[in-house]
Amino acid sequence: MASLIDFFQALGKYDFLQSALLTAIMVGIMSGIIGSFIILRGMSLIGDAISHSVLPGVAVAYMLGINILIGASIFGVLAALLIGFVASKSKIKTDTSIGVVFSAFYALGFILISMAESSTNLHHILFGNILAVSDSDIMTTAVVLGIVILFVVIFYKELLVTSFDATYAQTYGLNVQLIHYSLMLILTLVTVSALQTVGIILVVAMLITPAATAFLWTDKLGVMLVLSAIIGVVSSISGLYFSYSLNWASGPAIVIMAALMFAISFVVSPKQNFFKLRSVAK
Amino acid sequence: MLTVKNLTVAYDDTPVFSDVAVNFNAGKITGIIGPNGAGKSTLIKAMLNLIKAKQGQVQYNGKSMRSVQKSIAYVEQRKDLDLTFPIDVFDVVLTGTYGKLGLFKNPGKNEKLASKKALEQVSLTEFSKRQIGNLSGGQLQRVFVARAIVQEAEIIILDEPFVGIDLQSETAIMQILKQWRDDGKTIIVIHHDLNKVTKYFDDLVILNHGIVDYGPAREVYNPKNIERAFSADLSSVLFAGKAGVQ
Repeated sequence: MASLIDFFQALGKYDFLQSALLTAIMVGIMSGIIGSFIILRGMSLIGDAISHSVLPGVAVAYMLGINILIGASIFGVLAALLIGFVASKSKIKTDTSIGVVFSAFYALGFILISMAESSTNLHHILFGNILAVSDSDIMTTAVVLGIVILFVVIFYKELLVTSFDATYAQTYGLNVQLIHYSLMLILTLVTVSALQTVGIILVVAMLITPAATAFLWTDKLGVMLVLSAIIGVVSSISGLYFSYSLNWASGPAIVIMAALMFAISFVVSPKQNFFKLRSVAK
Repeated sequence: MLTVKNLTVAYDDTPVFSDVAVNFNAGKITGIIGPNGAGKSTLIKAMLNLIKAKQGQVQYNGKSMRSVQKSIAYVEQRKDLDLTFPIDVFDVVLTGTYGKLGLFKNPGKNEKLASKKALEQVSLTEFSKRQIGNLSGGQLQRVFVARAIVQEAEIIILDEPFVGIDLQSETAIMQILKQWRDDGKTIIVIHHDLNKVTKYFDDLVILNHGIVDYGPAREVYNPKNIERAFSADLSSVLFAGKAGVQ
């Protein structure tokens, strides 16, 4: 296993590693921030669904030679709309609607990808391949990071009030649906960026695990967002280190790091108070 | 005056009530009572456009409810809220200023000062930094009343504000409702405790899948109406020894 010094030396030497690090940091920040809203709104399931639903969009973009962000955004938002439509126009509950829609999209994605005849790409899409990000990927990721930060800064109070008390926001005239679908669109963009680092299957972990960890440490939304971003970055960097030095797939390495931090927080965080709760239970 | 005209609400074609017509007066505290499932919350939600009415009109001084939306404060039943949310008491109250601020503007000095004052009014200053899950039911209810204060709304609607709260909080909230009434606001309270009806409310709306009766509380709260809305048994218990109308 390469030591940290070796890792930093390699970092100075290889462009691909620098690109990987930069991408990992940016993805860690954006998924930490957006993930916080996802978990506070009780939308973990829909986050997972949308991350899977972008697959046909990625395939279509690949076939047509357009930017995958565009293809993925269209299918991500389409999935979000369809989930909402099915749930509101029938007696089917939202979680069932999510299950039906996302699995259909995911299946369609597989068929389209096989039609596009690129099995190596499929593997990268599913599991991420952070060591192969291109300069244009970095640019796109940077743009998405910019959009995420702008969105959250400009609409912070709307995101806060709709996450905490949507009924109240509705009564004073806020367009709650618009905020919801904007968040879904941003979530789609984040998902596509995170595809490069952790792959479709594990995107949900990047959204939820750092945010859940941050939630255990604070009672302030602003602090939670920053903390979640930091945890996202730390898991991305440490995951990348293990990926490089132990030749692990980047996605699983990053997600395991995030899960480890969650596990530690679960035991020692003051809010969770694991030991105290245990002793009271006895 | 808040007027409701032939309002009909149905869930899956089963009407909750149809053709409801009722007025709520400014400068009065109006109570809405009725048995469980009578459509009390539904009436309020339809008036607030939170659920879609089949037909009917709701107007405030001749204007549509949508156009006066920012002047409405709604304190809903606490059970629907996520009490683990990372937000403290002060910030909850501050969300009361969001409607007036509109998009792209953040709460500044004035808004923070208003929130601080509102917390003083409900005697929760010392709790302002506390996460909302760590409050008693009564304290929490006072937080939402404080939020309604900073909204500076003309119409204030509370859904079962006194359920499961301590007497001290109940009295404090009642005092603020009376203050609002004296300021000429329209206050509507869904209520379940029939004992305090005439003590708390100026006007009363009795509901049971439609309006049973409405008007000044002392006139409307009588054995006949309670019998029609609830049951003869309840009516005879409540009015035992009170020979008819009070």
